[in-house]
Amino acid sequence: MTSISLADRIDAVPEHFVSDRLARRKLRNIKERIIELVLFLAASVSVATTIGIVLILLKESFVFFQQVSLWDFLTDSQWTPLFSDAHYGIMPLLSGTLVSSTVALLVAIPLGTIIAIYLSEFAPFAVREIAKPFLELLGGIPTIVYGYFALLFVTPLLQMIFPELPGFNLLSAGLVMGIMIIPYVSSVSEDAMRAVPMALREGSYAMGATRFQTAIRVVTPAAFSGIAAAYILGISRAVGETMILAVAAGMQPNLTWNPLEPAATITAYIVQVALGDLPHGSIGYQTIFAAGLTLALMTLFFNVLGHILRKRFRQVY
Amino acid sequence: MSDATAVKVREIRALIARHKRWDVIFGIIGVLSLMIGVLTFVALFLDMVIDGAPRLTWDFFTNFPSRKPNQAGILSAWVGTTMVMIVTICAAVPLGVGAGVYLEEYAPRNWMTDLIEINVTNLAGVPSIVYGLLALGLFIYEFGLGQSVLTAGLTLALLILPVIIVATREAIRSIPAAIREGSYALGATKWQTAAHHIIPYSLPGILTGVIIGLARAIGETAPIITVGALTFIAFLPPAPVQAEPPFVSFEWLMSGFTVMPIQMFNWTSRPEAAFQLNAAAAGVVLLVMTLSMNALAIYIRYRLRKNIKW
Repeated sequence: MTSISLADRIDAVPEHFVSDRLARRKLRNIKERIIELVLFLAASVSVATTIGIVLILLKESFVFFQQVSLWDFLTDSQWTPLFSDAHYGIMPLLSGTLVSSTVALLVAIPLGTIIAIYLSEFAPFAVREIAKPFLELLGGIPTIVYGYFALLFVTPLLQMIFPELPGFNLLSAGLVMGIMIIPYVSSVSEDAMRAVPMALREGSYAMGATRFQTAIRVVTPAAFSGIAAAYILGISRAVGETMILAVAAGMQPNLTWNPLEPAATITAYIVQVALGDLPHGSIGYQTIFAAGLTLALMTLFFNVLGHILRKRFRQVY
Repeated sequence: MSDATAVKVREIRALIARHKRWDVIFGIIGVLSLMIGVLTFVALFLDMVIDGAPRLTWDFFTNFPSRKPNQAGILSAWVGTTMVMIVTICAAVPLGVGAGVYLEEYAPRNWMTDLIEINVTNLAGVPSIVYGLLALGLFIYEFGLGQSVLTAGLTLALLILPVIIVATREAIRSIPAAIREGSYALGATKWQTAAHHIIPYSLPGILTGVIIGLARAIGETAPIITVGALTFIAFLPPAPVQAEPPFVSFEWLMSGFTVMPIQMFNWTSRPEAAFQLNAAAAGVVLLVMTLSMNALAIYIRYRLRKNIKW
């Protein structure tokens, strides 16, 4: 019945009025479609960026590995691509990256975790309200400023303790990098701890546990997946950090495991080459893409590891 | 009470006291750890201000870099930073907000959306220097944009895109569904709902993300070095506004340039102590810029949390 009465009513409306409205609606639908397409394209820029990064790194590295064997790249203990006696062993750069990252993580992980537990479980409201934005500010300082600080403040300070410490060294760069990473570790871990339901804490207190026991034995294990994600984030920051190392650790490739020595990292090498003027297509130009590929693979490895840890240890409440 | 129970009670009290002592000890360790962060920040700031303050004169802002440390200034650096930031804003804000609106309001639940979401998360973890390599290979050699303001601006835009997308999505997610339903009930289309309601209501949140992203972009050094910013520039890019027709010129987009962090890096890596004072002064300017932007973003978020009650 309703359909008939609706048809009657449409018949009663003048014809040009209906077609006008229909036409407008059609136009409107087309416009909606176009807008949706434009927004979709904006969203796919991120995918295009990833594809672009992968393609560019693979393309230039492919040319590089046609001239240098992968075996040499991984096992040669010298990295002197710009000398006449050229060696292409990534190990010296890798050792610099690993040593400086280890120093940084030895600072950032304990301090970041303690700060996170303190802010989440112990700190009074007022302290947390001040400390959180402050830590955020600490994370917002440009890395070149940290580099200046490491080279001209921390290194002279360390030279009072280790008189034979050279002006460029991995230790001071690593320490300052650790301070830089603290906010990343602490804020992500704290979020994870605060997401632990109150009932777990209440249960623990009801059993007579103290604050410290609750924090260490209940909250921290329950938030483990988030804390692991925070550590992984810290590790990828440390591995990819550039300017602190380029300024304070020197640019000389050096196969060493001693943080008191100067050494270039993968990132510092890329900066060093980019500062000069290398012709497009030369082997020197391709080395920075091979170094970049190594760096990207390392961060990818840590990201995947973080993903697995998160999945494996996630507690569902 | 028998003697045995009294002893037991005393033992339990001692046990409790011992455990409570750990609470106090950890509280102190927590405060000390925070203090390490605070002290580092104070030392960094004071060190830079004490070294750089004598160089922070009007001339420092209006002079080009020079071989004589006392006459060197940051004119070309701050002008370059401003121009690069204009390009970054023009590219990153529409793309980031568009992507955020798409993912929250339009995206169907399918593999493509999942792919985009995983991508945005992963891109946030890519080291900034890798973006520099992307720009070097793609923008400079494939697209032929050259070592220009445009290339640098686009590179930084890609770098901060995830920050803006995440901020936009969070802001949109906090808008209650009733707003959308009300708009649809009145016959609005999806885009009308987005443009008249969703985007305006999420503006403060988006703004926070944009400011934090820009603060990061201003201090970013490594990708700009790979893109090929020059360390010694004693000229300004052509002005965007001109006296004679057509009045507006886009030549500055293709000009060579330098930016604040590069200038600071250049001065830091010189052996002469006089140049390192210049580096400190440039560092103070950079610190004040990024810290005030971050503080502004934190303030906006704080206000937002207090004022909006849906």
